[in-house]
Amino acid sequence: MHIVDRRLNPSGKNLANRQRFMRRAKSQIRKAVHESTAKGSIKDADDGGEVVLPAQGVHEPQFRRSSNGGLRDHLLPGNKEYVAGDTIPRPRGGEGGGGSEGSPDGEGEDDFRFALSRDEFVDLFLEDLELPDLAKRKVASAEAVTWHRAGYSVTGSPANLALNRTVRNSLSRRIALKRPKPEELEALREEIAALGNDPDDDRRRVELEAELARKERRSGLIPYIDPLDVRYKRFDPIPRPVAQAVMFCLMDVSGSMTEHMKDLAKRFYILLYIFLKRRYKNVDVVFIRHTHEAAEVDEDTFFNSPETGGTVVSTALEEMAKVIGERYDPDLWNIYAAQASDGDNTASDNDRTAGLLTHDILPLCQYYAYLEVGRDAEHFPPGFIRRDSDLWQTYTGLIKNGAPMAMRKVGHRRDIYPVFRELFAKKTGAEVDA
Amino acid sequence: MSISIKSDRLLFDNADWDFSTIQRINDAVEEIAIKELGLNVYPNQIEVISTEQMLDAYSSIGMPLFYKHWSFGKQFARNEALYRAGMQGLAYEIVINSNPVISYIMEENTATMQTLVIAHAAFGHNHFFKNNYVFKQWTDADGILDYLEFARDYVMKCEDQYGASEVERLLDAAHALMSHGIHKYPRRRTTDLRTEEKRERERREHDERVFNDLWRTVPGNDSLRHDPSALERRRALLELPQENILYFLEKTAPRLQAWQRELLRIVRIIAQYFYPQTQTKVMNEGCATYTHYQIMNRLHEKGQISDGSLMEFLRSHTNVVFQPEFDDPRYSGFNPYALGFAMMKDIERICNEPTEEDREWFGAIAGCRDHMNVLRDVWANYRDESFILQYLSPRLTRHFGLFHVTDDAEDPHLKVEAIHDERGYRAIKRALARHYDPAYFTPDIQVVDVNLAGDRKLIVQHRATNRILLEEKDARMVLQHIADLWGYDVVMTEVDPATEAVLKDHKAQARPGIVPLETA
Repeated sequence: MHIVDRRLNPSGKNLANRQRFMRRAKSQIRKAVHESTAKGSIKDADDGGEVVLPAQGVHEPQFRRSSNGGLRDHLLPGNKEYVAGDTIPRPRGGEGGGGSEGSPDGEGEDDFRFALSRDEFVDLFLEDLELPDLAKRKVASAEAVTWHRAGYSVTGSPANLALNRTVRNSLSRRIALKRPKPEELEALREEIAALGNDPDDDRRRVELEAELARKERRSGLIPYIDPLDVRYKRFDPIPRPVAQAVMFCLMDVSGSMTEHMKDLAKRFYILLYIFLKRRYKNVDVVFIRHTHEAAEVDEDTFFNSPETGGTVVSTALEEMAKVIGERYDPDLWNIYAAQASDGDNTASDNDRTAGLLTHDILPLCQYYAYLEVGRDAEHFPPGFIRRDSDLWQTYTGLIKNGAPMAMRKVGHRRDIYPVFRELFAKKTGAEVDA
Repeated sequence: MSISIKSDRLLFDNADWDFSTIQRINDAVEEIAIKELGLNVYPNQIEVISTEQMLDAYSSIGMPLFYKHWSFGKQFARNEALYRAGMQGLAYEIVINSNPVISYIMEENTATMQTLVIAHAAFGHNHFFKNNYVFKQWTDADGILDYLEFARDYVMKCEDQYGASEVERLLDAAHALMSHGIHKYPRRRTTDLRTEEKRERERREHDERVFNDLWRTVPGNDSLRHDPSALERRRALLELPQENILYFLEKTAPRLQAWQRELLRIVRIIAQYFYPQTQTKVMNEGCATYTHYQIMNRLHEKGQISDGSLMEFLRSHTNVVFQPEFDDPRYSGFNPYALGFAMMKDIERICNEPTEEDREWFGAIAGCRDHMNVLRDVWANYRDESFILQYLSPRLTRHFGLFHVTDDAEDPHLKVEAIHDERGYRAIKRALARHYDPAYFTPDIQVVDVNLAGDRKLIVQHRATNRILLEEKDARMVLQHIADLWGYDVVMTEVDPATEAVLKDHKAQARPGIVPLETA
């Protein structure tokens, strides 16, 4: 008999089959992925996980007997009460005596459920999308410096003292210069102390004391640690692309924003989060909600807690600028912002909003997306021409002047993904559609 | 030397094992299997694998190497999801009918489980593979791994040469027909030259012996004898009717290219390789389960495994042979392990302690006191259907409380035809045996004719036993695959074999893709 240990074989033997399967079911998997992100929190969406495909799509047909009609016979174990010739009312839905034949008859196949890895998930999700202006910014300013250890130097601050190296240098110098060891001196002293009063001993004492004096002097002359020995850890600055991003979610939570609108906004934020996560190791999310005043809040409050008040957009922008100033140095962080609103703004605030954006926010941001969420389009009678909202008009003006921002209107959740794709599709500039 | 004599004899004393433990276990099991049970096995190869590799093996029907196809990826993904969710445990082992027999054992098994698995797979299944006539007749244990390697490489080569999607399309179609790519009966072997010559000589001698010139003078219809009707000739030429649809398409489909025919052949041959497994499920598992049960108990008697190990073994053995009753929510048909094991044990009982009833029913073996001999003979010469027909005893029928219910769609009630009583034993035995007959449980579908002179329409027939039709959606999809391979229209009629009445019609038109279509 042979025993073979196969555990050491390379794993992932099935990878090729899996890829074929993924390719085969791509459109369905993509759809399932989008559906699965509709539920759950923003950050959860990035963990990949289980998707459910309708069984029909990856179905493998066979000639099978249908599960109804005709004459069937069943052989069943566990008879308790029946005798030959009994009749049994036909059970409903295959429960009990009939119908539960062992063979996989009928439409028994459930929906197909399987787990995607995080990478597969995100790949499918973000096919053909690209972060806007990422390359350009990288060259211009998306660089930071990190310090890396790079050998030793003879100068430096005491905090960087390389103790091991220093002591090692000291030791080799002491050996080379034959500095007497403390033990040797100690031994000499003990020997002197142990001597008696013989003439021999006296003579010996003189010799030893001379020896001791010589060694002590030498020991004094050659220091235990010399400035020559001292070494410091050396650090070199290495330029490094910034690999972290912060995403600002700004949302109007005033009374005019319905749950439906918030839901639309949430979906958009989820997409943006996943997208950023794909590019940056480290993504922070900052939630800023505003009515006529703005505050940074946690995710749950952001989406779920109701608030009343007027609508002053500039407060949110101020808050954002404040948070950036406090925590997110634009040299170290790529800053993305997504604003969702129904478009209302206090009329007197529009100029201030435009000013804040142009001067304080946009210069710091990698990308600024404005999403105008509306009611379902069906609510408007045909031919009804909707006046552009305050914010829409304001932002249109900004974009005309070449500001790095994009805006879209969304009325239904099915529009979210197309709009998102549109915003980030490869080689699309930040132009406005009419 | 402080080890006691008792622990000296134990093969292992805790759940841990290493390769020397496995070797010791194998030797001890082999001793009992060969010398005491008289099993005759292929050489064994035991491979230790991890969970992922087990899932891998699941997805390729248990074979260690296989060609690439998306459906295996689907299998893997499904099993992995079920396994991760804790909804499905993994098998303790997988065993491959090759020479040497390869048994996969999981690294997570305890030493007791490894012993069980080695007894079950490396000796139980192994003996069955080597000795059962169905396996002998249909599978080539020596060649299968080489063939699979050839298949994998061939598919890969085709993918390179003709494109992955071309190959995928063909394999999809072939897989859909896999259940009808099997020769159910051994075909006539093509004769070689020497036998051909011998037959020719025999024929001539026969003619000379029976020659009588008078025959020439008898008036007769020459054309009738020598010129059968065109239909008959065509059918003979195409070997129709043909139930092996894959074989028929491989040999006859007019527009397939050589590599496509070869791929059909590969799928067909692999399907054929698994054919014995489907018709010996009960016996194969029964044989393996009986073997491990005997061996584990013998090991315990000989003091080679501890009481604790025996308890652990019995626990998992009991789970394996559990048969829920029909009204139990866990019931999903007969458990082949339960039925097989119970029948093997029953044969042992009949041989050693027969009752009057057994003597009446099984006169040939009752009280013969050599149950291993009887069992070895059973394992060699039966398949599930014939085994049940022969050996399902009245006692076991009573034990399981078997009853036979018929369900006629035209009748509002189900009817109990027979139960486990004097009048019912034979009827139940016959009915249960039929459930294990592959000719009964796979739909009877045959290629019956081809319109060679006209539009080359292929005519397929489903003989709907008991008027049970095919599941329509699937049938249409598979028929479409046939049409795509055939390259012309295909029709399928479902007929009632009792009355020859047509119950249903299906049609499919060839789509371009696998073969180029004739432009009308």
